[in-house]
Amino acid sequence: MDNDDDQVVKKFMYMNRKAPYGTIYALESLEVVLIAAAFDQDVSLVFADDGVYQLTNSQSTDDIGMKNFSPTYSALGDYDIKKIYIEKESLDERGLTLEDLQALTYEDEDDDWAEKDSIHLVSREELAEVIDQQDVVFSF
Amino acid sequence: MAIEVDGQSYETDEEGYLADLNQWRPELATAMAIADGAPLEEHHWEVINFLREYYEEYQIAPAVRVLTKAIGKKLGKDKGNSKYLYELFPYGPAKQACKYAGLPKPTGCV
Repeated sequence: MDNDDDQVVKKFMYMNRKAPYGTIYALESLEVVLIAAAFDQDVSLVFADDGVYQLTNSQSTDDIGMKNFSPTYSALGDYDIKKIYIEKESLDERGLTLEDLQALTYEDEDDDWAEKDSIHLVSREELAEVIDQQDVVFSF
Repeated sequence: MAIEVDGQSYETDEEGYLADLNQWRPELATAMAIADGAPLEEHHWEVINFLREYYEEYQIAPAVRVLTKAIGKKLGKDKGNSKYLYELFPYGPAKQACKYAGLPKPTGCV
């Protein structure tokens, strides 16, 4: 990899808007995120619209013959992905709260490995601002 | 492709990764390592067992960088570096150790 001093860190956002199963989008997004994590960029994830279902607790895929990949989201902290935005309106519209979603944390290297919350609950308006600050937005 | 252990045949992909990770047994790791010319010792098993536990919890094989950090935390700083892990698994810790552990090739590993 190129280790020049002038290496540019860009802000990459991965936007997840679809239900976890039924299409391949959610799993593909997760795989791209894990692969891209190797490139030391400023990464954030968004879960909005039906995408909030990707993080719901107690998923079971026994009857649909697909792998339940929801446990993998809790590895995101290991991959230094610490910014996860959940859109509040999307939860409200589906009768969900943060309680229905799995907790996602990371260990802060600069703070004696203290476990910290990766999830930020944001309004649609706040989310628009965060999106506006990105260099690249991938929509899944 | 397939690997034979104790008269039983286990299906693998073209790179030798076990097709069904539920079929994994320690004897398979031993057989794969002997076929590669470097029998497993206790230090190898620490990493292999760690990978299996990681997969059990997160359903993925960790990238090398993640593995290195996690091993350092669990087994001590002297083991959490790529030099140590590459000495144990010269074909690449994630690649080779994952194969022995019966896991799929790590996501993002080429």
